[in-house]
Amino acid sequence: MGKDMRDVYTETLIELAEKDDRICVLEADLMNATGTRPFSQRFPERTFDVGVSEADMVGTASGLSAEGKIPFAASFSTFASRRVFDQFFLSANYARLNVKLVGTDPGITATYNGGTHMSFEDVGMMRLIPDLTIVEPSDIVSCAALVKAVARHSGCVYLRMHRKGSQELYPADTEFTLGKGCVLRDGTDVTLIASGFVMVPEALRAAELLEKSGISAAVIDMHTIKPLDAELVVAYAKKTGAIVTCENHQTAGGLGGAVAELLAEEHPTRMGRIGSQERFGQVGTFEYLLNDYRMDAVSIAEKAENVIKRR
Amino acid sequence: MTQAQMQHLSAKAREVRINTLKSIGHLGIGHVGGALSIVEVLTYLYYDAMTVHPDTPRHPDRDRLVLSKGHAGPALYSILAMKGFFPMEWLYTLNVGGTRLPSHCDRNLTPGIDMTTGSLGQGLSAAVGIALACRMDKRKSTVYAIIGDGESQEGQVWEAAMTAPMFKLDNLIAFTDFNKMQIDGKTADIMNIEKLEAKWSAFGWHTQRINGHDFAELDKAVAAAREASGTPSMIILDTIKGKGCPAAENKVSSHNMPLSADDLEEALSALTAAEGDA
Repeated sequence: MGKDMRDVYTETLIELAEKDDRICVLEADLMNATGTRPFSQRFPERTFDVGVSEADMVGTASGLSAEGKIPFAASFSTFASRRVFDQFFLSANYARLNVKLVGTDPGITATYNGGTHMSFEDVGMMRLIPDLTIVEPSDIVSCAALVKAVARHSGCVYLRMHRKGSQELYPADTEFTLGKGCVLRDGTDVTLIASGFVMVPEALRAAELLEKSGISAAVIDMHTIKPLDAELVVAYAKKTGAIVTCENHQTAGGLGGAVAELLAEEHPTRMGRIGSQERFGQVGTFEYLLNDYRMDAVSIAEKAENVIKRR
Repeated sequence: MTQAQMQHLSAKAREVRINTLKSIGHLGIGHVGGALSIVEVLTYLYYDAMTVHPDTPRHPDRDRLVLSKGHAGPALYSILAMKGFFPMEWLYTLNVGGTRLPSHCDRNLTPGIDMTTGSLGQGLSAAVGIALACRMDKRKSTVYAIIGDGESQEGQVWEAAMTAPMFKLDNLIAFTDFNKMQIDGKTADIMNIEKLEAKWSAFGWHTQRINGHDFAELDKAVAAAREASGTPSMIILDTIKGKGCPAAENKVSSHNMPLSADDLEEALSALTAAEGDA
């Protein structure tokens, strides 16, 4: 296997920081988890670990940004959303600053940390912040490219980032644009719109299962959840007539909510949503949780078949 | 500080009070109490301590101020207008739809405002970030912050209280406007924040406590704070909420209060009479 997602995140930040002295890193006692220690060793004067005080971390990042710095501040996605929502909303976003807030261990990837650490609502909360960009890379290639795009983007970003494990879904030189989803597989009967490290590969596996049943499924990696690639969603709604969203998050408020809101206004389309259904998190292995929340490929394929039957 | 300097600052402070009250009085309602309690510290900062550039508000070598108790914006707006950051007429647009002067400070709307504030507890963290950035950029700028006494009940204040000494931010000088009152009553009765000096000292700050309406004490304390090496400074200001406005002075109800034409007239007469005494 290749490098972990967090290694790619950190290497990319170091690469950016070598050329741009505005890049800095903030941590709240999770530097080893986020994997940014090599950054702190290379740029000690641009690394600030504030201890277990996430609200202060976001406020400090906002102050750095007010002076033109480009701070990347990270914590587990539960703390990077629920714990600091007002600080991120006001000190960073309302103040029109340029803070990159990184939420790691999204959804079921919190595994043994369980319900207290399992974010099924972070994307939904973040979607309510005007002009915020929300990004969730699905592999190490998109991670490196999107971290660079996030740094270039002028404005606040919530980067929902899987940190442990590695996978490559794209050729090394693939180009990514914020706000433009990637069609990983074309199809004509249904479109699976997925986001993130967990759900994009599950959607690809589901497409293979559907193919065996004679159903042609397109798969889109919606790495930017906000702003949503409306053009692409509507085009595939028209092309396939059925949509299933796949997210490691609640089915309300996140990617599924965003797609449903868009289609209800622009092109009403039969839809299904994969994700946690009105439930809190819990402890368990990754496989247990994937099945228990019915986020696995088989569940996605079943959902797709049911949506198609409603034709 | 010479007698002439003191008289100059006292005259400016009176002018700030008058402009603040006219601004709020024109609208008819506002945060009178907490604006008037910080008039002296603001006057001292902008007419003595701080290097600012009204024609280039974001000049990189300026000193910065984060008014964390953002609801006191109208007092700061009066000074910024007097210093020439924007026309005096703007003071009569307070909270009017589309205004550049909202009740709580906004760095994008108002020239001279360094940080957006208003949700209490957040400004000191931002000041820490600004101070870190100034140090990274090797600027000689001093970063000032003003927090409220009620605001000091917010947990984030004490997170920042740990962070600033940890990073040895001796370019950061904070003030606590200790007017002893908050919206629901006296701080001692609602949620006591004493012993405030001991708290800040224990957190590692160079700490002083002075009469926040006395320019000589302000001058001495800020000079001592600048001398403090390797640690941020906290200057606790004993102040009077609503000072200078009879309808508001020392009244809990002055946090956000209607200011009638009569209230305004009474205050302006009192302030003008005080001018005659000086």
